[in-house]
Amino acid sequence: MVEDKLVIGGVELESRLFTGTGKFPSKEVIRETLEASNSQVVTMALRRVDFDNPEENVINYIPEDFTLLANTSGARTAEEAVRIARIAKAAGCGNWIKIEVISDNKYLMPDNQETIKATEILAKEGFVVLPYVSPDLMVAKRLEEVGAAAVMPLGAPIGSNRGLKTKELIRILIDEIELPIIVDAGIGKPSHAAEAMEMGADAVLVNTAIATANDPVKMAQAFDYAVQAGRIAYLAGPGAVKDYASASSPLTGFLKGE
Amino acid sequence: MSFYEEYRRAKNIDLDNFFAKVNRYDVERVLAKDRLKEEDFLVLLSPAANDYLEEMAQKAHQLTVQNFGKVIFLYAPLYLANYCVNQCAYCGFNVKNGFKRDKLTLEQVKEEAKAIVNKGIKDLVVLTGESRKHSPVSYIKDSIEILTEYFSSIAIEVYPMGTEEYRELVDAGVDGLTIYQETYNEQIYDQVHITGPKKDYRFRLDAPERGCQAGMRRVNIGPLLGLDDWRKEAFFAGLHANYLQNKYLDTEISLSLPRLRPHMGFFEPNSIVDDPALVQIILAYRLFLPRLGISLSTRESDKLRDNLLPLGITKMSAESSTAVGGYAENRGVNQFDISDDRTVAEVKDLLLNRGYQPVFKDWQQI
Repeated sequence: MVEDKLVIGGVELESRLFTGTGKFPSKEVIRETLEASNSQVVTMALRRVDFDNPEENVINYIPEDFTLLANTSGARTAEEAVRIARIAKAAGCGNWIKIEVISDNKYLMPDNQETIKATEILAKEGFVVLPYVSPDLMVAKRLEEVGAAAVMPLGAPIGSNRGLKTKELIRILIDEIELPIIVDAGIGKPSHAAEAMEMGADAVLVNTAIATANDPVKMAQAFDYAVQAGRIAYLAGPGAVKDYASASSPLTGFLKGE
Repeated sequence: MSFYEEYRRAKNIDLDNFFAKVNRYDVERVLAKDRLKEEDFLVLLSPAANDYLEEMAQKAHQLTVQNFGKVIFLYAPLYLANYCVNQCAYCGFNVKNGFKRDKLTLEQVKEEAKAIVNKGIKDLVVLTGESRKHSPVSYIKDSIEILTEYFSSIAIEVYPMGTEEYRELVDAGVDGLTIYQETYNEQIYDQVHITGPKKDYRFRLDAPERGCQAGMRRVNIGPLLGLDDWRKEAFFAGLHANYLQNKYLDTEISLSLPRLRPHMGFFEPNSIVDDPALVQIILAYRLFLPRLGISLSTRESDKLRDNLLPLGITKMSAESSTAVGGYAENRGVNQFDISDDRTVAEVKDLLLNRGYQPVFKDWQQI
């Protein structure tokens, strides 16, 4: 196959499956799952990283070749997100940061305005910023202007496993935004991931669906295949889907003298 | 607007009559629903729902895994002082109970902190009795400033304070507030709080809301089960959590379900809350409020705690001492007797064996 790599922040990625570290039944399972996923980027909440205790420190369970994508889970404002990002960098988590500003504990919906503010500040400081947002074209355009490295729209609320409920809005972002579009949150099954990739998403981030599966390792493999299949299908250019059959009594037949 | 207005509306509902009328079809209808309303929550607390605990448990388990994952947060309490001016009929630290009162010096706070951190605990709840003379806000604040060096997350479980006082403690490094209403029934509340500032029902009822306004990240409330009919207490506490969750979206709301435990000068419960009742309450909470944290302390036995794990619990204490100076020096009088005396390491192993990841750190002082 022709080289088909995703480039973010100067890093070339072969896998378009981004993974997470939350909700797993043990840290050992995190390691096995990440290895099985073929993923190259993994997100972890700085709030959970226990730097004082090597046995509890989740980073020690992430295979070394992964790019760490610390996230600002727990931030309620741009200011808190910026502070968390700086702590993550100082603690050795690298300069990739996923901005999560959530001031709604009921549905966990992101605060787009605060996310733009945090993205602007952190991009200026040299971070590779991946903001998690509700899919909105104007917001995505602003993120592009202020220096985001990608846009991560939600498919459905975090952890809901409901699939691509925001499909039409994400499609607009794919069509109109130059930055990579990474569908984050809501993907509950490999078929959802394949669907996102088929329509042209550049990557997907999957955590809950893998972490809470009965067998997270197998589920990670399934997502790996689904993401690859969806990507290849996108590149292959799927045939047009017709929602009408070829009519037996054509309406324009008279033009051909029928 | 305060929860008190909401409470005054809800207490006019004829709950006994409502519970008596609920039938199995009502329960089945609620179990088929995605989003539950107040009446649905009541249906799940009704006697008719007793026969549906397994169905409720299956759904509660699935919702908990989806929302919180296969993880349990672990914490421990630290008693700073047991001076108390209140006379609460059900409490071992009651002003009338004659035992030598104690209060940690700041040096001792440090020693206790080290002893707890050595067990691996990073999430702490700091407690005092109600005595503004012996445990003023300034003393709590000085202790917090020491404790922030050792713990990544600190909650307070002390007497109710004003918003400004809470804010002062938030600025010092407190991120969580725990305050139990004990009973939502105003009449019983007045009876069991015989003397002392705690007699002020309303000031206590509004304390969680003041905590939210002061910028607490986490607010934990709950009834002390056994003081009134548990179905009613569970209902009002659930409404309280729902009220706070809707009004303060940026605060994580959780509920604890302490049952009356034996203590010095034991007080007989007004309502017996047996294990099926406790299970029904936990399940009804999870189905009504899927994102609600539910916390379980070492008040409950190890066996019961293990069995309650998959039903909706998100947080547990481990290797707790309820005495002042109970960790470093193993001294002092307990506020109540604990039932689960396993070590942190034992609880950790048990969780892993049950397919749950023990999580010690869930916040970072920023």
